[in-house]
Amino acid sequence: MIAFVIQRLLQSVLVMLTVALIAFALFNYVGDPINNMVGQDTTLQDREQLRQELGLNDSFVVQFGRFVGHAVQGNFGLSYQQARPVKTIILEKMPATLELSFMAAFLALLFGVPMGIYTGLHRNSWGAQAMLAVSLVGVSLPTFLIGILLILIFAVVLGWLPSFGRGTVVHIGWWTTGLLTVDGWRAIIMPAITLALFQMTLIMRLVRAEMIEVLRTDYIKFARARGLTSRAVNFGHALKNTLVPVMTITGLLLGSIIAFAVVTETVFQWPGMGLMFIQAVTFADIPVMAAYLVLVGFFFVVINLIVDLLYYAVDPRLRVEREATGG
Amino acid sequence: MAEVTTSGASVAVQPGQVRRFFDSDLWWSFRRSPVTVAAAIVAFVIIAAALLAPLIAPHNPYDLASLSLLDATDPPAWLKDGNWSYPLGTDTQGRDVLSTILYGTRLSLMVGVSAVLLSLLIGVTLGLIAGWRGGWIDTVIMRIADVQLSFPAILIALLIDGVARTMLPRDAQNEITIYVLILAIALSYWVHFARTVRGSTMVERNKEYIQAARVIGVRPARIVVGHLLPNVIGPVLVIGTINLATAIITEATLSFLGVGLPPTQPSLGTLIRVGNDYLLSGDWWISIFPGIVLALLILSVNLLGDWLRDAFNPKLR
Repeated sequence: MIAFVIQRLLQSVLVMLTVALIAFALFNYVGDPINNMVGQDTTLQDREQLRQELGLNDSFVVQFGRFVGHAVQGNFGLSYQQARPVKTIILEKMPATLELSFMAAFLALLFGVPMGIYTGLHRNSWGAQAMLAVSLVGVSLPTFLIGILLILIFAVVLGWLPSFGRGTVVHIGWWTTGLLTVDGWRAIIMPAITLALFQMTLIMRLVRAEMIEVLRTDYIKFARARGLTSRAVNFGHALKNTLVPVMTITGLLLGSIIAFAVVTETVFQWPGMGLMFIQAVTFADIPVMAAYLVLVGFFFVVINLIVDLLYYAVDPRLRVEREATGG
Repeated sequence: MAEVTTSGASVAVQPGQVRRFFDSDLWWSFRRSPVTVAAAIVAFVIIAAALLAPLIAPHNPYDLASLSLLDATDPPAWLKDGNWSYPLGTDTQGRDVLSTILYGTRLSLMVGVSAVLLSLLIGVTLGLIAGWRGGWIDTVIMRIADVQLSFPAILIALLIDGVARTMLPRDAQNEITIYVLILAIALSYWVHFARTVRGSTMVERNKEYIQAARVIGVRPARIVVGHLLPNVIGPVLVIGTINLATAIITEATLSFLGVGLPPTQPSLGTLIRVGNDYLLSGDWWISIFPGIVLALLILSVNLLGDWLRDAFNPKLR
């Protein structure tokens, strides 16, 4: 167990260093950032001074050392586009993304798990077939298309919900929240649904597959033979064993939501980190890109670490399997 | 599809194989499923229309001389102010929406297919090397694959694409973008191919026909390409079909985000992005029609992929 944890931790550190190296290479070798920051009429001297201030004239080793040192403290320098510290920008954008992501994850689990149980238990019922057909369409519709359709229906045609932004936000310390105003709740509905739909279909299909798998096993047959009510069998015995993989998948789902938040935020002009990244790419704002890269890499490494350890802790069978495959 | 026989063993199509294909389980399961047949027809129509775009498109959207701003943002023909020379209406520059969709589908398909082929090439090569050689090469390749698999593919494609774009000179971007896009998508999907091929290579490696080839002194490179490859390629082609849908979605998403194909060379995703800016002013047709085509294309390819996977997996029958 301890060896496994140490091995996973080392692997995580290695991945983080790789991500940092890519981010740093981006920093060091891409274009001339000065041109993106200053106007046409800036003198050569001013340019040189700015270059010096940003530390772009130092040697490779010095710059890499400084990059890693600063990255650990969450310091990624000044944004080329806004000439403000990247840390400030990210702290400003993070609450929006986190609120949206958790809302979406919550929705996906709230609807996905019961739908999966239902379609798993009543495989051939009319409702289950309909849900499966709809879920296939849900998988085939790209996230941004779902968002556009929602905007068309609820913002343009019906005019019920705002089509962009977060609505009115309330400041609590450095955190901003839209969940304390009616406006904010109206604004989060469509982005959260857009982001949740794909994950929901995924959870539903996973729970369904697991449920069907579990219902086939001998201990379920035995429970039925003992004369337990189907309610006790389904929810007491089958569901409990179904939820092990669901629990771990939820971790991966969070990661996937962070990835797709980029798309959803762009569709709804949601002022979060995803939108920030896309804007950074179009402006070649490299410090912001590098910071996003490192931050997302960190999120994923942590999530994966937790998921792996959860697997290990929850399901004893996996321990044996892992040792057998030497992985 | 004719080259994928149920055994997955032969790659070239010979005359006798055509009849064998119509006798096969594959054809039988295809005919038995009306959804699959419908999906095949839809996919065929869209692909054929895209390939024939220069012949059947009513206008040439790239010919700037033929555009007239007087015809800009015309609604579809069946609505008031519509005009039958622009059946699905025009965009803000006066381009015929139907024609841009035909040309856009062509680009979307081209990027999707190229990306899948490239990722197949990368994945199969690395998978063969890992499975055949084993040892530290295997460890390195599979560790990279594991790490990459823990990130969503779309995020990887987005990051590769974004980083590559900032590295390129601004003025060259429009020409190179399409290759960057193909490479970014290919590099985010090779893992699935590599894992499958590695697994079946490790099984096949110890079989008698490979040992026999070794004993009579066939060079390793020839064993791998000539004997091993034909026996591990079958499942890969199925994954390829399923990945085609994902690759098309990825391309559309990147183009929609503005880091894919530029508006001068629009794919379906770019068209939706451009039209999205005018959605709020009521010009819905500019983005919704490309969206419908994209959704139909992905849905039909997905259904075909699902059917292929089920047909090759007897356990599910």
